[in-house]
Amino acid sequence: MKYTEGPEIRDTKAPEGPIEERWEKRKFSARLVNPANKRKLNVIVVGTGLAGGSAAATLGELGYNVKSFCYQDTPRRAHSIAAQGGINAAKNYRGDGDSIYRLFYDTVKGGDFRARESNVYRLAQVSVNIIDQAVAQGVPFAREYGGLLDTRSFGGAQVSRTFYARGQTGQQLLLGAYQALERQIAAGTVEMFTRHEMLDLIVADGRARGIIVRDMVTGEIERHTADAVVLATGGYGNVFFLSTNAKGCNTTAIWRAHERGAYFANPCYTQIHPTCIPVSGEYQSKLTLMSESLRNDGRVWVPLRKDDKRAPGDIPEDERDYYLERIYPAFGNLVPRDIASRAAKNVCDEGRGVGPGGLGVYLDFRDAINRLGRDAVEKKYGNLFEMYERITGENPYDVPMRIYPAVHYTMGGLWVDYDLQSTIPGLFVIGEANFSDHGANRLGASALMQGLADGYFVLPTTLGDYLADGPFGEVDEAAVAEAELKVRDRIERLLAVNGTRTPDSFHRELGRLMWDYCGMERTEESLRKALERIPELRKEFWENVKVSGTAEELNQVLEKAGRVADFFDLAELMCLDALVRTESCGGHFRAESQDADGEALRDDEAFAHVSAWEHSPDGEPVLHKEPLVYEYVKMTQRSYK
Amino acid sequence: MNLTLRVWRQSGPSDAGRMVTYRVEEVSPDMSFLEMLDVLNERLILEGDDPIAFDHDCREGICGMCGMVINGVAHGEQRATTTCQLHMRHFEDNATITIEPWRAAPFPVVKDLVVDRSAFDRIIQAGGFVSVPAGSAPDAHSVPVRKEDADAAFDAATCIGCGACVAACPNGSASLFTAAKITHLSLLPQGQPERLSRAKAMVDQMDAEGFGGCTNTGECTAVCPKGIPLDTIAQMNTDYLKANAK
Repeated sequence: MKYTEGPEIRDTKAPEGPIEERWEKRKFSARLVNPANKRKLNVIVVGTGLAGGSAAATLGELGYNVKSFCYQDTPRRAHSIAAQGGINAAKNYRGDGDSIYRLFYDTVKGGDFRARESNVYRLAQVSVNIIDQAVAQGVPFAREYGGLLDTRSFGGAQVSRTFYARGQTGQQLLLGAYQALERQIAAGTVEMFTRHEMLDLIVADGRARGIIVRDMVTGEIERHTADAVVLATGGYGNVFFLSTNAKGCNTTAIWRAHERGAYFANPCYTQIHPTCIPVSGEYQSKLTLMSESLRNDGRVWVPLRKDDKRAPGDIPEDERDYYLERIYPAFGNLVPRDIASRAAKNVCDEGRGVGPGGLGVYLDFRDAINRLGRDAVEKKYGNLFEMYERITGENPYDVPMRIYPAVHYTMGGLWVDYDLQSTIPGLFVIGEANFSDHGANRLGASALMQGLADGYFVLPTTLGDYLADGPFGEVDEAAVAEAELKVRDRIERLLAVNGTRTPDSFHRELGRLMWDYCGMERTEESLRKALERIPELRKEFWENVKVSGTAEELNQVLEKAGRVADFFDLAELMCLDALVRTESCGGHFRAESQDADGEALRDDEAFAHVSAWEHSPDGEPVLHKEPLVYEYVKMTQRSYK
Repeated sequence: MNLTLRVWRQSGPSDAGRMVTYRVEEVSPDMSFLEMLDVLNERLILEGDDPIAFDHDCREGICGMCGMVINGVAHGEQRATTTCQLHMRHFEDNATITIEPWRAAPFPVVKDLVVDRSAFDRIIQAGGFVSVPAGSAPDAHSVPVRKEDADAAFDAATCIGCGACVAACPNGSASLFTAAKITHLSLLPQGQPERLSRAKAMVDQMDAEGFGGCTNTGECTAVCPKGIPLDTIAQMNTDYLKANAK
């Protein structure tokens, strides 16, 4: 796949000056809209997860006319709900040396020096307000006997800054945002559209002015216009078919916006989580995450010999390879996510994997049970063991768990400036859908923080500044009609193929290809192979997909087919981005770029930049680089040995 | 495993609907219930038939989107489970499995096993929140909360809004759902200012939606995937009575 290089992005609109003053400066310089005018301004928010739900609620509270859209039957289902671990905030309630600066530092470093300093600093600043807001809403965070909030440490951080609500932090935070949203719906400031899927963006006179949606119950194609559009549509991990994402998660909203002119940044940055329940068969529809905390007491191992088919209990100690402890004696089983994932892949590639298909490694609690007693282990991990047994039918107290890495989060997304505005004026992108704060690797418990920071605090300020120039008047009818026609044409095309393969069968094949060639480890050869194979498969899709039913009814096959079609185009851009970035960084491991010990090797000379891709109608994407400058955190190579 | 499925098919709200029998073969015991339906649907699509419509999303038991009545029990016979977390190893080979949608007047069928649960959203709209606009909150530690209260509030707050409680209740009552939210917020200091008005508004909305009353049969808590305790309903009734006495 060919591409060309366009001009660099020099201005991200971040204010100048000391980093701790930048957000304050921006807030002060943002123009205000008087309450009477707010009522005349219409805003569309797509997606109702932590970012979209909190944004729609907050914009409603401020007095804007908001329309909120989600594909589920109620906004409370968005996939933020599945986040388990917790939410980071620099409260320093423990007095253990945490600070805004330390959270900022940890996030920049954890992102392997591929995130913007100004954005990350703001995120750390705002983090403290999120906890206040959530507590005031009645989010039942874990508490200590003194009545104060409990925290835990997470993902290698040296301080205890992760607030949590048992293993359901995402659920509780989302319900807080959902309830705030429902309150605004009742107040009449937000109009809610459930079971509606965005299928195109309306751009008129150079501004984002609305969306085309399909009512998923009646099949009706609707036009909704506004003065600004906010996308909060989540990540695109489902391009791999199997991931920890919900089945409905898709790239369609951001991909259509990309085709309309929004740059797509760092599409190749994907996070692969090391502790998921392995695939059990061809029919597998999704992967389930097991909390990372299991690695605190479980020991990871595989048989020393290839193709060892003995039951784990029959393999004597000296024929086991505790490979993480062997390779990384300092961190052992607690190495970061990307390193643990890759090591598991390596031993499985050597033919030493366990379970069906040889794609799994043992996570063994035998020693922990002997050392701490079964009761203590049950207290700590009982619910996780139960969840594991429910899914696999195996009892982890007797047989070691089997785990394998799975796609979990995408750090890439639509490019946004400091104001969270994309390259299309009036199109704002928040939460996982944008690329902004995690660099090449997201730290645990930071996704919830970013979604809510964007939705409750950042966007309401910066969007106001944009809307101060509005209302923008009637939307050009030709632009609306063109977008609607495009959507209708595409649906007709999908229905007309009437081939012999289901959308899911194509999706599975694409996912497998992406996992093999653009997964945990990427090489020039694998990526070139993928770039050759994806267009062939896409061609077959458009010639041989079978979509049953009609467009004028609830049609889950049609919904799926449309999403898969967009995944093909995204997959191609991901592989191209991965091919061009010949360094290894964070979640992106290029086999050609490793040090003598096999660890990821960054190339800061050539790649300390964001890769922002511009769509071009002739098919040759244009690469714009946004240089990353580190004024505060010194760039270093990570080591965990 | 080989199975016979009897599935409720209904093309839309105006269709009378009927049970249709399907044979599914070579089912793996490790499949989830929804994966078994996926396999059947893939076949139906290729045969040119309309696949069975059902709601689902996270498939890890937390979003609350899936739900069907399996052999007469909401989410199936295994306790504390959503349909997506139910696995085929709990069924016998050659079994016949009956699959129906949630049945309750306030949950009209949209298509096949998909129902409209928007009544739940309207109950929350009536008062299932704390009125606190973004940016107005005091420091999180300004109000300590007893750990016991926080834990009990959490237990009530784990409701996933799936609607199994309504489907299981002989009266089609939404009391467990409504009570879970009322209890969650009324146990916390942050929920006190609106406590009574909230209980009154939510219960009145529940009634207005056409849900039945609670007669303490306890079917709701028996099928609840999150085990929301029945005593939340007592809490709701207490708050509701107090609100009406004022």
